[in-house]
Amino acid sequence: MSNKNWPLFEVFIRSKQGLHHKHVGSLHAADSDMAIENARDVYTRRQEGVSIWVVESKFITASNPENADALFEPAEDKVYRHPTFYDLPDELKHI
Amino acid sequence: MTTQEALFRYTLQIGDNALILGHRLGEWCGHGPILEQDIALTNIALDQVGQARSILAYAGKLEGKGRSEDDLAYLREERNFYNLLITELPNGNFADTIARQFFFDAFNFYFLTALKNSKDETLAAIAEKSLKEVTYHLRYSSEWVIRLGDGTEESHQKMQKAVDDIWNFTGEMLLMNEVDKMMAAEGIGVNLDEIKSLWDDKVDEVLSRATLQKPESTWTQKGGKQGVHTEHMGFILAEMQYLPRAYPGAEW
Repeated sequence: MSNKNWPLFEVFIRSKQGLHHKHVGSLHAADSDMAIENARDVYTRRQEGVSIWVVESKFITASNPENADALFEPAEDKVYRHPTFYDLPDELKHI
Repeated sequence: MTTQEALFRYTLQIGDNALILGHRLGEWCGHGPILEQDIALTNIALDQVGQARSILAYAGKLEGKGRSEDDLAYLREERNFYNLLITELPNGNFADTIARQFFFDAFNFYFLTALKNSKDETLAAIAEKSLKEVTYHLRYSSEWVIRLGDGTEESHQKMQKAVDDIWNFTGEMLLMNEVDKMMAAEGIGVNLDEIKSLWDDKVDEVLSRATLQKPESTWTQKGGKQGVHTEHMGFILAEMQYLPRAYPGAEW
């Protein structure tokens, strides 16, 4: 088997209960239409989802792990950014 | 032939198509051109074996001799199989498999759509369930015919050759034998004459989008529905039936 010349796609699936699409993996396909079909066959065989998004991996810009300190560490000592200091009425769900 | 006998034969015709084509597609497992297509082909194979299972189970019930779907699949002789010749043809290259699949899927889609209205409730229910799967099969195989036909010079040439090679096996799908006629008259089976133009239109549409030539020949190979098969059938059964015959009653 070979995947020569076929670009890599990232696959996002929304489950029946889920409100958002979640990254589930990647696959090779000649174009985005084929990527959807392949994703259906590879990632939804066990009823994992009701909606599929695919995007060619090269279009994703990722943060550099080397910058993790500068990007994420400053948030560590800022607990006041969490809304845990408020008393919420019981009727409010999903918060 | 009584209506009950004809109905038994009719369910075998339908079930054997699904079983033999499912077995053929299963041969791609581990040999697909790429991993994703390997999975796609074996998914379709599993759909078809699943359809064969429900319809052969029903056939066993109709026959009333206590034969299960496994008995019918694994312990019948070649001459008692009634699948279309097109379903038993070797996989060939990927284009050959896609051509076989497309012509059969287009037939199967319209056949099952009509069978949903069968007076026989079990057949109607099986048709309705299978149709969802076959709708996807047809979409899959049509896309590939178009992709390869309207692809590179080499893929176009291979796809055209695959269409030409298998063409003379497509006519049998729409030929009515005695069983088909009896079942259609009873409102149980499908009048194949009524789906012929639908099949023709679908084939014309997809082949023209694929920039492929539709072969002109109207002559067709036939015999499968009467139990007379190609030289390939014996080899399929030898492989498919070896284990249950060598180890009767074997289980996981």
